[in-house]
Amino acid sequence: MRRTPSSLAAADPGPAHSIEFDGRPIPALPGQSIAAALWAQGILAWRTTRVTGRPRGAFCGIGACFDCLATVDGQPNRRTCLLPAAPGTVVTTQEGHGRADLAC
Amino acid sequence: MVGAGPAGLAGAVAAADRGLRCVLLDAGARPGGQYYRHPDPALRAARPDRLHHHWSTFTELADRLAEHRAAGRIELRSDHHVFLLEAGRPWHLHATSADRATRLRASAVLLATGAYERQLPFPGWTLPGVVTAGGAQAMLKAGLVLPGRRIVVAGSGPLLLAAAASLTAAGARVPAVVEAGDYLGYARRPGVLAAVPGKLGEGAVHGVALARHAVRLRRSSAVVEAHGEDRVTAVTVARLDREWRPLPGTERRIDCDALAVGHGLVPQLELATELGAATRTVPDGTLALRVDARQRTTVPGLWAAGETCGVGGAELALAEGELAALAIAGAAPPAALLARRRRLRGFAELMAGAHRPGPGWPGWLRPDTEVCRCEEVPLARITEAVEELGATDARTVKLLTRAGMGWCQGRMCGPAVACLAKGAGPAGRAGAVEPAPDRRPLSCPVPLGELAQLPPSTDADADAGADVDVDVHVVGAGQSEGQGEDDPR
Ligand code: FES
Repeated sequence: MRRTPSSLAAADPGPAHSIEFDGRPIPALPGQSIAAALWAQGILAWRTTRVTGRPRGAFCGIGACFDCLATVDGQPNRRTCLLPAAPGTVVTTQEGHGRADLAC
Repeated sequence: MVGAGPAGLAGAVAAADRGLRCVLLDAGARPGGQYYRHPDPALRAARPDRLHHHWSTFTELADRLAEHRAAGRIELRSDHHVFLLEAGRPWHLHATSADRATRLRASAVLLATGAYERQLPFPGWTLPGVVTAGGAQAMLKAGLVLPGRRIVVAGSGPLLLAAAASLTAAGARVPAVVEAGDYLGYARRPGVLAAVPGKLGEGAVHGVALARHAVRLRRSSAVVEAHGEDRVTAVTVARLDREWRPLPGTERRIDCDALAVGHGLVPQLELATELGAATRTVPDGTLALRVDARQRTTVPGLWAAGETCGVGGAELALAEGELAALAIAGAAPPAALLARRRRLRGFAELMAGAHRPGPGWPGWLRPDTEVCRCEEVPLARITEAVEELGATDARTVKLLTRAGMGWCQGRMCGPAVACLAKGAGPAGRAGAVEPAPDRRPLSCPVPLGELAQLPPSTDADADAGADVDVDVHVVGAGQSEGQGEDDPR
């Protein structure tokens, strides 16, 4: 069997729980960040940029670049590489500045 | 102690050993910093050591930390980001944590804030799947995940070999490590190398691991483009001349589903430079805090250790953290420790010179290549600011183009913008200005509500330059149009 990061570290995290990404359930391991849970499913992008609408996801992985922003539990502009993927967390792809709710 | 990486941890336990009471503040969830970053306990990793070199050094430090915490000599505050230092007697440290600001008093401050990665832009570097080399390491160490299965590693510096080794160990295929430097810089100073046999050993361990996984090291080469629509699917690698200009006709395409890229590290200094602490230019072109033989900065009462004094790795950071703590405690430094620091510092300077970005790297940019990721500013706008509007430094470019004015406050594009403003070549463009240290009244985004909760300023605070009006301006300027992560809601 191919080596995985979990097998390398001999991790035994117990059963995955579930978070929601754009309406579909995504498994997440206890202790993973939202960005890590998305990467584990091969999802690399979860926002579009303000000016050109291009897709972005995690870049620096440590909270410095702000590229990994998403709307989390209704709050836009949250850094998903820093936020734990708690059971039931609702993540939605953030479009532009994430403040469409303020438009009028 | 600001920062619980190798330098801060070593400093805290050494100071506590000598009876000082310490508060160790760290922005991360667990002590260890980026180097000793490790899985959340909930992931129950029985072998975190397999993700690290010298893991036992960390567990020993962690044990000593636990003893001191139990005895009340060290207070650890994780998830605390120090955003402002006020010099004085006592010092005041302001930190933000879970949307609350706290203020601490201290008679001395040890800054061990480490470094972040240096990036040089290239076409396609904003595609999903292009990640920083350190970011790939961080996500692997903390979350046990990879950005893809076939990962090209590129940039410059020893971090690339370490990253490639851990990615392959974790099951990724790494078709190539693309190093822009030539490693010949090391060979020119055999004496410095011979003084640090451990470093050669580390290099050899990585080399053997990579050879076993058939990883190809391409020296004097760079990824000059990442391809893909919604995610990276391939990269183009070109050979570079000595100035890092791509050599036409040498391009090769390599298929991959991720690219881990980085050009070394940049010391994180803003808390100190804001107070006017003096800096020095490291051979890799970055600025680091100037410290004396006892790790004292030029600001009385402020010590610094580790990457903040110039990037040099964990072993050096451990030595400097301990030296700083001994100095703060008024204890004499052991000669062996001083000698170790000198040897490792010498190696760090050599390494820095070997991987300094060559002046020809802008040759892999196109006019539409985004330089600033946050504000989506292409090279053409920066060129216009420099060549037509007369900007000669990064600050003016920022005011004219918004490059560096977004969420990350220039941490990703800053070094590149400074270089583009200064012009290529050692002398740079006529009239160009040497990059000055970043000045940021607040070192990270802080909600306005938190600033409003700060305890009222005393006269001493006012003398030390704490000016909430200025802070508010800066938060607003950096996070225009209300997109800041921590906007007041
Ligand atoms: S990936 Fe850079 S801030 Fe999250």
